[in-house]
Amino acid sequence: MTLYAFYFLSFLAVLGALMVVFSRSPVTSVIFLVMTFFTIACHYMLLNAQFLAAVHVIVYAGAIMVLFLYVIMLLNLNEAVEQQKTLLLKIAAIGTGGLFMIVLSAAMRTAETTYLDTTVAGSARSLGKVLLNEYLLPFEAVSLLLLAAMTGAIMLARPRKQKPAAKDVGALAPEPQSKVEQTESVAHEQ
Amino acid sequence: MNSSLMQNGLALEHYVMLSTALFAIGVMGVLFRRNAIIIFMCIELMLNAVNLLLVAFATFHGDTAGQVFVFFIMAVAAAEVAVGLAILTVLYNKLKTTDIDILSKLKW
Repeated sequence: MTLYAFYFLSFLAVLGALMVVFSRSPVTSVIFLVMTFFTIACHYMLLNAQFLAAVHVIVYAGAIMVLFLYVIMLLNLNEAVEQQKTLLLKIAAIGTGGLFMIVLSAAMRTAETTYLDTTVAGSARSLGKVLLNEYLLPFEAVSLLLLAAMTGAIMLARPRKQKPAAKDVGALAPEPQSKVEQTESVAHEQ
Repeated sequence: MNSSLMQNGLALEHYVMLSTALFAIGVMGVLFRRNAIIIFMCIELMLNAVNLLLVAFATFHGDTAGQVFVFFIMAVAAAEVAVGLAILTVLYNKLKTTDIDILSKLKW
């Protein structure tokens, strides 16, 4: 029963991951990535890590993917036609991914996996005890990291004064009319 | 050996293979697409593949530390996404594109 659940969830996860890569519009990619994240949360349940499953759904499906959707919709990227890479580069990318998987699985196939006799508890109680006793310092460091990231994101995204920045922006991109011309002008600069 | 999982025929190798597949798909996506936001999503996919493998190892080895590491990786991923998307937003406001073949000023 558990094995069938594993195969079903794995199929859904790999399918969702492939659709993230190959779907045309960014919003479709986000939806499939959410599906993949939910299947991974189900895998956590299967692995007896209930607390991590809940955190995973809240943080990834709840917060990070909403952030992605917000940015895509704010920038209105869904309507813009994405330039595709050339066929040669696409084949090279698929070949690289496939070869990478072959190498990794070949390296891990013979890896010795030793098992211990204890069962791990993934409840919030047991995880919290470990987190706040043995890993208290990294826990506090992570809070500092999140504060720094929040401050950095706000500093980056806040509207700034145009006066000193206008010259630099002009030098960086000379206000092109269309995206194709912009590509060409950047190519000429290089 | 974790008896409740092993009775069902579910071995650690299954999770190793699944994580490898997800990670390889993430690598392929980073090389395949030109939209920087999709590339971000593929990086998230790779992080999740590693997380899944860590949880699998933690369960099969009977050690809670693996799950704690996953907790920290999630926090770092959240920070990374927040800063990365802010950078992308600023770049889009300046250049009106998220195409990485155009955003290649730092490459040369």
